[in-house]
Amino acid sequence: MKRVYVNEDWCLGCHLCEYHCSFANSGKSDMVKAFNGNTKTTPRIVIEEGDDINFAVQCRHCDEPLCVKGCIAGALTVTDGVITIDDTRCVGCYTCVLSCPFGCIVTDNEKVIKKCDLCISRTGEPACVKGCPNAAIVFEERG
Amino acid sequence: MAINYFYPDYEVVRNEKKCIKCKVCVRQCANEVHTYDEEFDCMTADDASCVDCQRCVSLCPTRALKIVETDNIFKKNANWSQALITDAYRQAGTGGVLLSSMGNPQPYPVYWDKMLINASQVTNPSIDPLREPMETQTFLGKKPRTITFDKEGNITSPTYPNLKLNIPIMFSAMSYGSISKNAHESLARAAEQLGIYYNTGEGGLHQDFYKYGANTIVQVASGRFGVHKKYLEAGAAIEIKMGQGAKPGIGGHLPGTKVGEDVSRTRMIPRGTDAISPAPHHDIYSIEDLRQLIYSLKEATDYKKPVIVKIAAVHNVAAIASGIARSGADIIAIDGYRGGTGAAPTRIRDNVGIPIELALAAVDQRLRDEGIRNDVSVVIGGSVRSSADIVKAIALGADAVYIGSAALLALGCHLCRSCHGAKCNWGIATQRPDLVKRLNPEIGYKRLVNLVHAWDHEVKEMMGGMGINSIESLRGNRLMLRGIGLTEKELEILGISHAGE
Repeated sequence: MKRVYVNEDWCLGCHLCEYHCSFANSGKSDMVKAFNGNTKTTPRIVIEEGDDINFAVQCRHCDEPLCVKGCIAGALTVTDGVITIDDTRCVGCYTCVLSCPFGCIVTDNEKVIKKCDLCISRTGEPACVKGCPNAAIVFEERG
Repeated sequence: MAINYFYPDYEVVRNEKKCIKCKVCVRQCANEVHTYDEEFDCMTADDASCVDCQRCVSLCPTRALKIVETDNIFKKNANWSQALITDAYRQAGTGGVLLSSMGNPQPYPVYWDKMLINASQVTNPSIDPLREPMETQTFLGKKPRTITFDKEGNITSPTYPNLKLNIPIMFSAMSYGSISKNAHESLARAAEQLGIYYNTGEGGLHQDFYKYGANTIVQVASGRFGVHKKYLEAGAAIEIKMGQGAKPGIGGHLPGTKVGEDVSRTRMIPRGTDAISPAPHHDIYSIEDLRQLIYSLKEATDYKKPVIVKIAAVHNVAAIASGIARSGADIIAIDGYRGGTGAAPTRIRDNVGIPIELALAAVDQRLRDEGIRNDVSVVIGGSVRSSADIVKAIALGADAVYIGSAALLALGCHLCRSCHGAKCNWGIATQRPDLVKRLNPEIGYKRLVNLVHAWDHEVKEMMGGMGINSIESLRGNRLMLRGIGLTEKELEILGISHAGE
């Protein structure tokens, strides 16, 4: 299955992936509208910054996902390897937030948790991959 | 007058309506032009530090930025330009030599743009390169005057080491130190894939790049940095650098700040010390001395590798080239006054040397007149900007061209001419690790391959138009060129007729 991978050698810590992720999940047609309006969408990808090294982290879509195992409402499911959240079922208990070993499940002001869905609802490659200026984030099949 | 204020040359224009305050400009500007003001929740810019490298403009996700030239002007003066006045102020303040980078940007004539290429009509057929074979492969080095065979058809006359180029383009000498390791890796990998050569420059060969040796030209310059037996043996050819188009007559200076662990090991000099290349080679004061170095290098490498001698295009270039051809060199490389550099004194870059077009025509003619043209190949560089320039160069007599600035453009360079500041935002002319990683060789080498392939296609199209199917038939074929808007003297030197003739 194709997954998003990050090569920290090339990550510049520019944070553009976060902005492209937010924009992709905002449902807005224009990036300016997505950020300069009243509501701001939380990115599902987060840059971890260090002195010499940066890298982006988002849902690894684990083969044995602890978040899915721990979900008390059955809101998190695995479909064709992609872990998705059913907004109508999420009760906001944040068990998944606690159990994710990568810290990849994010929350904002809403009750429902937010996570990367590999942009499956949109066409083409994930927005973070497309928006990375240095090909540090790639979408590919690995063994 | 102790006041030395210069209004910034460029102004950052931010479209506040479009700006989403993502701060990518803040994070990406090594000159620290952009800042985010938390108190007022707004972006600010210090125009004075901007070098117009376009990094922020290119990365801004909402296209909210542009850089414009300032309209602040001194009183107009056709003699004292604003640049000259500002330079005088600057030097009055510092007492220093002005420094610049990349090629001469002054509005001197560009002879490439004053030559037009021929095409076939009616009486001789043009060739479609997509349907018929078209050859751009070429060989550089000394060619035998006669060929003799034995009964089995084997060549019995002496042959000489040659470089095989799939495309008559090579990447110019740019040292590791002046450009980053990632830039070098991009050039090396592209050269390997294209079947051409890149050039180490005078900074030695990084241990990781010995594997690209078959596509590497190793340079020996006046500082002899990084030169040892293994280095000479690693390359496909050896280049002796006598001069550089951007700064003929002077040496080089890599500041100690750029000499980190890796550069220090590659150059074989102590860490943090300035790497100073003397203006002359201290053992070369004549053609005879040059011959000694050429044969020392040939001896050291078992006469298996062609030796290139690179000179800057200067006033008596034809006579110098004739001497070099007789000194045993296999290839002469000539670098024109538009050639790039990582740092040069501004006045030298802008005022010393001659156009490569005139130098090439003069050298080719002189070597032909003296009957020694086939003893050497002629490679030219110093602002080859497009495939059309390559076709014109080959028609004027070049065997191949060196591209430096154009290669860097493929890697992201925006010709901001600030290499000497060592803070290249595109990760090319810098050794700062956080900036170097901005150039991903995986992307870089593919872009170089694309550029050279595209130019090769265009060269083939133009050759086909002329009814020529081999680059060898175009070489020195000056009948394929016509001058436009040139004087009798210029036409005479270029050896071409005027358009309409």
